[in-house]
Amino acid sequence: MASTAYPAPAHAPSYSGEQSGLWSWLSTVDHKRIGILYLYTALFFFMFGGVEAIIIRAQLGAPNQHLVSAEFYNQLFTMHGTTMIFLAIMPLSAAFFNFLIPLQIGARDVAFPRLNAFSYWVYLFGGIFITVPIFFAVAPNGGWFGYAPLTIKAYSQGINIDFWVIGLQILGISSLAAAFNFLTTIINLRAPGMTLMRMPMFTWMAFIVQVLLVLAFPVITIALVFLLFDRFFGTNFYNTVSAGADPLLWQHLFWIFGHPEVYILVLPAFGLVSEVLPTYSKKPLFGYPVMVYSGILIAVLGFGVWAHHMFAVGMGPIADTFFGLTTMLIAIPTGVKIFNWIATMAQGAIRYTTAMLFGIGLVALFTIGGISGIMHASPPADLQQTDTYFIVAHFHYVLFGGSIMGIFAGIYHYFPKITGRLLDEKLGKIHFWLTFIAMNLTFFPMHFSGMLGMPRRIYTYDSGQGWELFNAMSTAGAMIFPIAMLIFIYNFFVSRKRGDIAGSNPWGAGTLEWTIPSPPPEYNFARIPTVTSRYPLWEGKEVDYADARFNAQEGKTPADFGIVMPYNTIKPLFVALGLIIMFCGLISSRALIGVGAALMIFSLYSWLLSPLEPEHH
Amino acid sequence: MATSVAHTSAPAAHHYTTLGLDSRKVAIWAFIGSECMLFVSLISTYLIYKGRSVVGPFPHEAWTDPTTGHVLKPILNIPVTSASTFVLLMSSLFMVLALAAVQNKEKPKHTRGERILGNSKLWLWMTAIAGATFLGFQAFEFTSFVHEGLTIRTNLFGSTFFTLTGFHGAHVTAGVLWLLTLLAIDYRRGLGSRDSLLVDIAALYWHFVDVIWIVIFTLVYLIK
Repeated sequence: MASTAYPAPAHAPSYSGEQSGLWSWLSTVDHKRIGILYLYTALFFFMFGGVEAIIIRAQLGAPNQHLVSAEFYNQLFTMHGTTMIFLAIMPLSAAFFNFLIPLQIGARDVAFPRLNAFSYWVYLFGGIFITVPIFFAVAPNGGWFGYAPLTIKAYSQGINIDFWVIGLQILGISSLAAAFNFLTTIINLRAPGMTLMRMPMFTWMAFIVQVLLVLAFPVITIALVFLLFDRFFGTNFYNTVSAGADPLLWQHLFWIFGHPEVYILVLPAFGLVSEVLPTYSKKPLFGYPVMVYSGILIAVLGFGVWAHHMFAVGMGPIADTFFGLTTMLIAIPTGVKIFNWIATMAQGAIRYTTAMLFGIGLVALFTIGGISGIMHASPPADLQQTDTYFIVAHFHYVLFGGSIMGIFAGIYHYFPKITGRLLDEKLGKIHFWLTFIAMNLTFFPMHFSGMLGMPRRIYTYDSGQGWELFNAMSTAGAMIFPIAMLIFIYNFFVSRKRGDIAGSNPWGAGTLEWTIPSPPPEYNFARIPTVTSRYPLWEGKEVDYADARFNAQEGKTPADFGIVMPYNTIKPLFVALGLIIMFCGLISSRALIGVGAALMIFSLYSWLLSPLEPEHH
Repeated sequence: MATSVAHTSAPAAHHYTTLGLDSRKVAIWAFIGSECMLFVSLISTYLIYKGRSVVGPFPHEAWTDPTTGHVLKPILNIPVTSASTFVLLMSSLFMVLALAAVQNKEKPKHTRGERILGNSKLWLWMTAIAGATFLGFQAFEFTSFVHEGLTIRTNLFGSTFFTLTGFHGAHVTAGVLWLLTLLAIDYRRGLGSRDSLLVDIAALYWHFVDVIWIVIFTLVYLIK
């Protein structure tokens, strides 16, 4: 606990061997650069999904509006959900997984650097694939959950759903490849002494999320394969009319994936906040082991609650009771986390930085979302609330109030580590307060419009039902978000060039990533540290400080320390390109499938048969 | 190419790992865990839809077409599939021998028996041929079913059966290609004990695909 913030040096470190230019980004296998690629791409998609939301709110601002057609409205809400979940929040988390996991566990890179590049390129191409159709008004229109049989060919004849089915399949490949990579990295590349119970909480939550990804994504893969086969080859998986298929098959498969997905979205933010709150309270995280166990418990229980999304389908009292109870149970480990964060802050020397404000914002807003969640854990209550704006309010408190607030906390906290410069705090605080006000003004009134019976997914509504005021408030709130985002983007790009120099540990944090220069050298750690405690910079032994001093050296090259770095390679990009061409062939011409497969297999063999790094002598 | 092949085999011994294991070994287990959920989803759907087909042919019962009066026999041919199952099970044995041959490549061999057991090319070929034979059986089964009037579109049984066993067949195909790739490396520069890991992870995958078939064979073919 002795250490304080390091004095900032006069200039950011520079590295003679530093790479630049387009080619270096296309061929990079450095986890930090891939993390930055994820960050930029995901922020772009976050804003794209935000624009969709703003059009939705403009349409709903007053009764009987016809800003967009009913059909285009369906595409807007489908793509808003799909974009925010698969193209914004998950990849924003992946940006942090990439950048932070190796730094937090004392590794030079992830276990499979080229697979890591492959994951990113598949994500980028998949994101473009699923996003482009909205410019031609043929975007997916069946909701982010794509309920079959509604989405089978008989009821959704256009090409819209094809983009969704194939797009999600592509994004699933990216997520799974990344999950195997991070899982292996956390299991196998921890520095000596970095035992599981010394891992920083972000890495712990990332670990749990990878397990969830590995187990949940195959289920949606199969659900999507069935839908794909039904649509393209005339199979009967969701054909309830003539073949006797079960109308609930899709819902079960989807939510067995879909509920763990909720934790895939929110646990990384929990991890980030568990780094932010201790740092700005100058106290170790309260109840570290319990935080780990409750994270694991959330993940385990998360696989046993899926049917609470389906209370309205009439599963019968036994199933309803079971899933109601498991859902209420999951509130316990989640509540434990909330209390531990509060206890971490209690009697701490709190500094209200922007990151801290976003962190506290998460604790407050996620709690509101959690409480409304417990309300519809009860089947009778859920029957009143399901498919209304009350549910929309609930999950935006969880996903915006939880995930996005946590991710912004992480961005403000780690921006100096990523770029070597600090974001402007004054602009940051304006960004926070505008976001906080916009968030509550937009989503809190939805509790009321929902309770008054306003259904989700309607493109307009009649006056005189008591919904006007609440909808006007939500729309007013939504219009504040773009102002907040513009301030953030301005701050981001200006600070990146002209912000104050950060130094290796501007916040006086305690974990390994703060022992190395900002931005970190390409090899991360000049020597792999030996770890003796959870906060090596706060409560470490002499060996920790010796490693920290050694690793704080700036301006060195890998050769100075005899470190072998992986070659840059474009091959993962080509494998991803082949894959995407193959999938494009499914909806355009069959010949493309062959072309894509050939490119993919050729690039894959070329990748597998070429060495990762120069021969070590 | 020959030199680059040599590189792949170099174990990443100079990299520190927490478990002391090569990361590829950890990753293949994570991959197998994920694959379990993939097949659990396929098999569960098959079981949920079992006996719910509106029209025949059915797997274990005869069916009379009400419009034509034509009687369709139970479609599963258990003796033939038992034979293909036996072949696939044997392939796992060959795979074990192939791995052992690669691991013990440098040990001196004195008897004819030791030389046969230590021939990695032989056992890799045997494994790949057994896998390809299984695929041949599957192709025969699929075409005969189509001739008997069962396609992937006919009924719930057809959709679930062809998708489940087809996914398994695709996995066997990937495994055979993997084995042929190992054989190519073996012919090009010879697989030695330092390459054990390459064969080891292929073997783990192969055994996994084999175990999944035992589950499918039991649940789809044997249990009525």
